[in-house]
Amino acid sequence: MNRGFSRTTGGKPLSSLNIRRQRAERRFRRIGLFGVGLALASVLFLLGTIFSSGYSAFWRLHFAVDIDFDPVLMNVSSDPSLEELRDVNYLSLFRKNLERSYPEVKDRSERRKLAQMFSESVPDVLESLVISNPSLVGSKQRIWVLSSSSAEMIYKGAAPRDIEEKRRVLTDQQLTWLDQWHGENLTRTRFNFRFFTSGPSRSPELAGLGGAIVGSALTLLVTLLISFPMGVAAAIYLEEYAPKNRVSEIIEVNINNLAAVPSIIFGLLGLAVLLNVFGLPRGTPLVGGIVLSLMTLPTIIIASRAALKAVPPSIRDGALAMGASPMQTIFHHVLPLAMPGILTGSIIGLAQALGETAPLLMIGMFAFVADTPSGILDQASSLPVQIYLWAESSERGYVELTAAAIMIILVFLVFMNLLAVFLRKKFERRW
Amino acid sequence: MNLKRKMFGLAVLFAATVPYGAVQARDTIQIVGSSTVYPFATVVAEQLGKKNFNTPVIESTGTGGGMKLFCAGLGVKYPDFTNASRAIKKSEVELCAKNGVTGIVEIIIGNDGIAFSNNANSAPFNFTKEQLWKAMAEHGPKPKTWSQIDPSLPDVAIKIMAPPPTSGTRDAWNSLVMKAGCKSVGKYDDLGKKKCAVFREDGAVEEAGENDTLIVKRLAADPEAFGIFGFSFLDQNRDQIQGSTIEGVEISLDTIQSYEYPIARPLFFYAKKAHVNVVPGMQEYMDEFVSDNAVGEYGYLMDRGLVPLESKSLSEVRTNVSSLKTIDG
Repeated sequence: MNRGFSRTTGGKPLSSLNIRRQRAERRFRRIGLFGVGLALASVLFLLGTIFSSGYSAFWRLHFAVDIDFDPVLMNVSSDPSLEELRDVNYLSLFRKNLERSYPEVKDRSERRKLAQMFSESVPDVLESLVISNPSLVGSKQRIWVLSSSSAEMIYKGAAPRDIEEKRRVLTDQQLTWLDQWHGENLTRTRFNFRFFTSGPSRSPELAGLGGAIVGSALTLLVTLLISFPMGVAAAIYLEEYAPKNRVSEIIEVNINNLAAVPSIIFGLLGLAVLLNVFGLPRGTPLVGGIVLSLMTLPTIIIASRAALKAVPPSIRDGALAMGASPMQTIFHHVLPLAMPGILTGSIIGLAQALGETAPLLMIGMFAFVADTPSGILDQASSLPVQIYLWAESSERGYVELTAAAIMIILVFLVFMNLLAVFLRKKFERRW
Repeated sequence: MNLKRKMFGLAVLFAATVPYGAVQARDTIQIVGSSTVYPFATVVAEQLGKKNFNTPVIESTGTGGGMKLFCAGLGVKYPDFTNASRAIKKSEVELCAKNGVTGIVEIIIGNDGIAFSNNANSAPFNFTKEQLWKAMAEHGPKPKTWSQIDPSLPDVAIKIMAPPPTSGTRDAWNSLVMKAGCKSVGKYDDLGKKKCAVFREDGAVEEAGENDTLIVKRLAADPEAFGIFGFSFLDQNRDQIQGSTIEGVEISLDTIQSYEYPIARPLFFYAKKAHVNVVPGMQEYMDEFVSDNAVGEYGYLMDRGLVPLESKSLSEVRTNVSSLKTIDG
């Protein structure tokens, strides 16, 4: 090799040329390594910041409160009916119990500060406890309830505590209570199940991803039902039936172009056509799914065509020679062999759709939807949009929720991509 | 036509195969509008959700965008309420009327101050409206540093993050600061209302979008920059940012309520009278929004940074809510 090159270099000494080439080689390798290192470092940095600010959202701070379910405080008879129990003002029951437990707190605004240490959900918790077990009336119970988000942020160290009172999220008095309760073992932390089951809330300690997960699942279902059959059918037609002429060439070029169109364009199309012309309901998984399937279609068509092309012609020839019709050839022989490739392409297309925000913003799928959607015609939220909404909220507690939601969507994406890899490895055939 | 039929067929197919919620007679309230009112509206919506109603769905579209959707028509396809950080404009009432939307109920929910804030570790400032106009106006002197406006201000570059034109905060800022500043330098008669309100385009004033959290983060990172947003964002982030005093008045609940703080404005939402009693929960939502629990002296919206109305105006608002008094007769 070396000798062959030296002949064309016009008599330069072989060694110096070699040194120069080796140097260039080393430089090139170092640049490549640097590039890989930089990419890895930024991924690690990104994951690191997300994880370090998000992992704390998976547990919640609880405080113990002693509640006396005194019929007098509740304003009910000693053996109350369910009706009576539903009408009790549980907020005032809670406040009055706090006054009993902390008789030293007299000032009205101080009492208010004390109540603000606890989550707004406490009255609801008391109500559901009593309703499910009416025999509690007349007894004294120690109950663990959620803390307020501000107290939790200080406890977790997510909000600074060593600054002047005016700038802190808790007052000096509230800070004293927090430390006192911590010292008396009246605090505990528990896994945050609510994060996976409940919908969004204006109180960070109550907010969850459940509604968004259901919304995303419904949207992806619509996307899958539209884009998979259409994409595969289009690929089969283009690959197996379509004559190779000007028209099919133009179609092919345009499909490739469509795959590169920015997703927000599909959102605008959805807004103009689906909402304004067809009058489909705004912000629903139906519309979201249709828009996302427009985006996913080219990906699926391209992947499916590649998979169909990879099936050797001998398979088709063999089937046709045995007397199978072209359709039988495709559905009995070619398609099953191409399936792993088609599925891989579809899953990756859907994973892309799962992480897409821009088109959903255009069709109004970024509303505050607290109830879990029950169908594709209910207004819904979705995972990436929920992240966007939380990132915009003013309360400090949403910072960790945002990061935690990003972790969840990453888990879904990794899972989908692993599934694609698994399918390819398991069913792929080489000829 | 053929395509339309196909798409419709597709939609029907999906509607038939997948379980779906009610759509004919909508039983969930739909709300659009201002991003400043959004945090308050969502809290009230959650309260309604606890009372055997579906939790209303709220979209933060900005005041102007909300008005457009709200005024597009009557019926289940169009929103029931729109939130606004300024009063409805005459042109918007006309747009509503053109589309058959009459019987609009106006509800004032409280007050909000617009904070002009910077990093909490920088020195606190006092500005006059005139100084702010000079710093921000396209048709003003366009100084590079604050000290060029007034030697008593520090010698740092002017860097201001402002809300976009679709925002009601921007509208309020224009009428409360830009107009007043323009007048006090004596240019209002020459320039007119529109030109007075144009922000300079040489980079000193930057439109930062509707994302107020982002502005807070930028202020926390840049000690020289200033940002414009509602009081609740300042209130929730006091460890990172501080509000400047305007004409010598500090921004606080009390100064906003009394309108001593010069950049204060009322917040609103608007309801369609024709939808009340058709979409369940609308009356209850309005009642909850003006209840003592919500906007009373110790109401839960006060914790979120809403500044309460004075009790006289509050009782007036309550009468309007119970009688559904409309603004357009």
